[in-house]
Amino acid sequence: MIVNKKIAIDHGLKEDEYKKICQLLKRTPNITELGIFSAMWNEHCSYKSSRLHLKKLPTKGKQVIQGPGENAGVVDIGDNDAIVFKIESHNHPSFIEPYQGAATGVGGIMRDVFTMGARPIANLNSIHFGSTQHKKTKNLLRGVVHGIGGYGNCMGVPTVAGQTSFDSSYNGNILVNAMTLGLVKKDKIFYSKAAGLDKPVIYVGSKTGRDGIHGASMASASFDDKIEEKKPTVQVGDPFTEKLLLEACLELMEGDSIIAIQDMGAAGLTSSSIEMASKGNLGIEINLNKVPCRETKMTPYEIMLSESQERMLIVLENGKEDQAKKIFDKWNLDFAIIGKTTNSKKIELFFDKEKVADIPVNTLVENSPMYDRKWKKAKLPKKNKINKDDINNLKIIEVLKKVLANPNICSKEWIWQQYDHTVMGDTIQKPGGDSGVVRVHGTNKAVAASVDSSAVYCWAHPLTGGKQVVCESFRNLISVGAKPIAITNCLNFGSPENEENMGEFVECVQGIGEASSYLKFPVVSGNVSFYNQTKDQGIKPTPSIGGVGLIKDYSKMITMDFKEVDNVVLVIGKTEGHIDQSLFARVILNEKNGPPPEINLFNEKNNGETLLKLIDANLIKSAHDISLGGIITAISKMCIKGNKGINLKKPKYLISEIEYFFAEDQGRYIVEISKKDQKKVLDILNKNAVHYDELGTINENMLLLNEKTKVTIDELKGFNTRWLKDYMSS
Amino acid sequence: MKSAVITFPGSNCDRDMDVALKKFGFKNKMVWHQDVELPKSDLVVLPGGFSYGDYLRCGSMASKSKIMQSVINFANSGGMVMGICNGFQILVETGLVPGVLLRNKYLEFICKNVFVKISNKNNAYFKNINNNILELHIAHNEGNYFCTNDQLKKIEDNAQVAINYCNNEGKIEELFNPNGSVKNIAGIFNKEKNVLGMMPHPERMIDPSLSGEDGSLFFKNLINNLK
Repeated sequence: MIVNKKIAIDHGLKEDEYKKICQLLKRTPNITELGIFSAMWNEHCSYKSSRLHLKKLPTKGKQVIQGPGENAGVVDIGDNDAIVFKIESHNHPSFIEPYQGAATGVGGIMRDVFTMGARPIANLNSIHFGSTQHKKTKNLLRGVVHGIGGYGNCMGVPTVAGQTSFDSSYNGNILVNAMTLGLVKKDKIFYSKAAGLDKPVIYVGSKTGRDGIHGASMASASFDDKIEEKKPTVQVGDPFTEKLLLEACLELMEGDSIIAIQDMGAAGLTSSSIEMASKGNLGIEINLNKVPCRETKMTPYEIMLSESQERMLIVLENGKEDQAKKIFDKWNLDFAIIGKTTNSKKIELFFDKEKVADIPVNTLVENSPMYDRKWKKAKLPKKNKINKDDINNLKIIEVLKKVLANPNICSKEWIWQQYDHTVMGDTIQKPGGDSGVVRVHGTNKAVAASVDSSAVYCWAHPLTGGKQVVCESFRNLISVGAKPIAITNCLNFGSPENEENMGEFVECVQGIGEASSYLKFPVVSGNVSFYNQTKDQGIKPTPSIGGVGLIKDYSKMITMDFKEVDNVVLVIGKTEGHIDQSLFARVILNEKNGPPPEINLFNEKNNGETLLKLIDANLIKSAHDISLGGIITAISKMCIKGNKGINLKKPKYLISEIEYFFAEDQGRYIVEISKKDQKKVLDILNKNAVHYDELGTINENMLLLNEKTKVTIDELKGFNTRWLKDYMSS
Repeated sequence: MKSAVITFPGSNCDRDMDVALKKFGFKNKMVWHQDVELPKSDLVVLPGGFSYGDYLRCGSMASKSKIMQSVINFANSGGMVMGICNGFQILVETGLVPGVLLRNKYLEFICKNVFVKISNKNNAYFKNINNNILELHIAHNEGNYFCTNDQLKKIEDNAQVAINYCNNEGKIEELFNPNGSVKNIAGIFNKEKNVLGMMPHPERMIDPSLSGEDGSLFFKNLINNLK
C-alpha cells in the first residue's frame, strides 16, 4: 500500500503533521511507519495539546522519588519503603464496551505500577455516568462495575475507595479513571530507560492478537454516530494472565537481570519500544517474526499497533536470558527474545527478512508536535440573588432526605460490595469513608488514598474548581489522620481544539498547580484524556485527583462514624453560607448558575494541619470533611455510620439555618471530641487561629434541631442507602 | 502443628492464609501446584483466589492439578483438608465434599461481613469453640451452594452441614442468605468431617483493625483441637 495524505488523515493525523513526517524522514513513510507515527503522535501518547501546560505543575518535593515521565510516580514513606501510584483514564473503550473497557483500564494501571517493581496493594476508581434518567446509564454502570471488579478481584488487589457521579454531560461519554498504589523497596525500583548496546530485548506475557489496534487513536478522537463500529478497537482483558505476569515479573525483579522494563499499554509494542529507546538515547532493532502472535498472518503494521493486554517489554543483561526464561516458563507465559538495543538511535523493524520500518527515535518523541492551542479565559460568574424567604420556608428535614437520596450523595455500597476490598488482609478502612486505608504489610504504617473530582465547580469556574479538587483530596486524607504526600491527576476534558474546552483545561491545570504548590502536595504522575465529547458537546471539565498520604502509626487512624453519646461535635472552618453551585442549589432550588465556593489556601492548609495536630495528640474521636451537601449532609453520614444521633444547634450567625447547614464553603471538617478534652482542643484551635463552631452533642439515635425538626437515624439511613440499590433493580 | 497452603498460579489469598496460620502458631509451608508430594502436615489448606483463572467452572481445572492427587489421598486417609472460597470450589470439583457452587443468585460478586451459625461442633474444626455464631467475611462470585434433594437428605442425615448464613442472633432465614445457597449453607464437611469447605474467609478476620476478630477464634480453637 502506497501511503498518501488521505491515508494519513484516516489515521487521525492532520495534513501538516503528515507533511512534517515526510520532511523528518526525507521520504514518504510506508504503511507500518505511518501507523507508528499516528500512534506516537496522537493526543493520548504525545500530549501534544497539554504538554505546554503540564510543565507548569509542581512535581518536586521532599518525599518525591519519581515525578511524571515514568510509568508511575514514586514517593518515599520512610524505612526504605516507597509507594508507586498513578491514575489513568479508560473512558472511550468503557463507553463502547463497558465490561472490557473498565476491566482493561484496571489491568493497565496495575501494570504501570508493577512494571516499576511494586506489588499493587490498593485500587481506586473514579467513574462518571450520564443522567440517571438516560437509557444507557444503568447498563453502563453495571458493566463498568462488573469490569472493575472482574479484573481487580481476580488479581487479588483490594479496591479500597472510589467516587461515582451522575451528570447529563456524560450521557454520551462516560468516564472511567482507575488508580493503583503499589509498594516497593526504595532500592528496588525499576525504570523504563534502556542502557547498553546489544542488550537483548525480551517480550513476555500474552500473545499479540488483533485486538485494540488503534486503541490510542480512538482515545484521541471524538465520538460520533458510528461509535458502535469502533468495538474491535476495544481490548479484551485476561486478569488471570496478568496475575501470572505480576508474579513472574516480581520474581524476575528479585534478581539483577533487568536493565529496563516497560509495559505495553496504549500503542502497544510501538510506544513501549520507542519509550525505552528514547529514554536511553539508543536504538532498538526488532525482528517481528519473533513476536508471539495469537492469530495467523499478522502484518508488521498489526503487530506494532495491537493493544493486546498483559504484555511487557524488557531489556535484559546479556547472559541472563535462560534464567529469566525459566521464571516465565514456571508461570506459563510466553517469553521471546525479539531484538536488541543498538547505537543507531533508530527503531528498525524486520519482517520476513525485510526491513519494514526505519525511523529515527527522536522524530517520534522529541519532534512530535506540540501545540499552543487557543483558549478562552473563563469569567467568574455573578453571584445569584437567592430569595431568602423562599429558602427559609423550606423544611430542613425534608430537604435533607432529598439530598441524602440524591444519586451523587447516596451510599455507593451497591458498587463497592462488588469489589473485593479486603483481600491481602491489610484494609483497615473500607470504601465509604473519606479515604481507603491499607497497612504497609507487617509494619505499623498505613497508606491512605482517595480520589476526587468536582466537575460542577470546574465547569462554573475552572480555576477555582481546579484548586478545589486538590483541596478536597487534601482534606480526605487528613480526615483519616494521614499526612498528605502527593497526588496523581487524570484530566478529563472535551476537545482541545475547542477554545472553551481548552480554556477549561488550561485554567483547571493552573488551579491544580496553585493549590498543590501551596499545600506542598506535588503532582507525581497522571494522564490527560481529551476529546471526551459526543459530536460537538464536551463533558463538564473533570479533573480527577488521586491523593496519597501516610499514617505513621495506624492505631491513630480516624474514621467518620460517631463514637460515643455525649461527645461534643465541632465544625472546623468558617461557614459563610455559599449556596451557589451547591448540591442544594442545583437539586432543591434548580439553580445552575453562580460561582463555586471560594478557595482560601491559607485556611485550607492551616485548618488541615491543625486538625492533624489534634489527631496526633489523640484528641479526635471521629472526623469527616464537609463537601457536597454541606454540614448537615456530613453530619448525617457520621450519624448513619456510627448509628448515633446528634442534638444540633446552629451557631448565632447572620445566615439562616438552611444556608448554614447546606452551604458548601470550603476548608471545613466536622470532628467529634470528648467533653474532657474540649478545653484543650479549643485552646489549640484558638492558638492556631482556626475558626470553629460548636455544633452539638451526640445522642442515641435522633438528628434533632428542635422538637419540630427531628428525624431518626434509621429513617435517614433508609434514604441514604436505598436509592442506588432500588435504581439498579428497577 | 504443621500446615501446608497450596498455591495455584491464580491463588490470591494464599499469603493471607499463611499470615493467619502462622499468627496462631502453625508452622506453615507453601506448596506449589506443580509439586507432587505434600510435606508432612496436620492441616492442608486450599486458599481463595482464581486457581487457573476459573474461566471454566471455578475450581474444575485445579481439581485435576498435580498436587491435588496428593491432597485427595491425604484427605482419604483421614488428613485434615480445609478449602476456603475458591478452595471450597476446588473441593466440590474433586468430589471430596458433595454438591456444587453456582453463581451467586443476584449475579454479582459480593464482598461483605456475614454471620454464620455453626451447625455441627462434633468435629476437629469447631469442637470446643465457645460461640455458636461467628461474624466472618465473604468475597465471591460463585458461592451459591446447590445439591440435589437426595444429596441434601444424606448431608443432613450425616450432619455434614458445617455452617449456615444467619443474622446476628443466629436466625437462619432467606433474608440472611447472601448468595442463594440451598438452606443457607455456607460450609460443608465430608462424611468423616476431616474435610471442610466453606465460602467465608476466616483469615480476613484475625485482627481488630480488620473486619473483625471471629477468625481469630476459629484459628485459635482449630490449633488447640489439633494439639
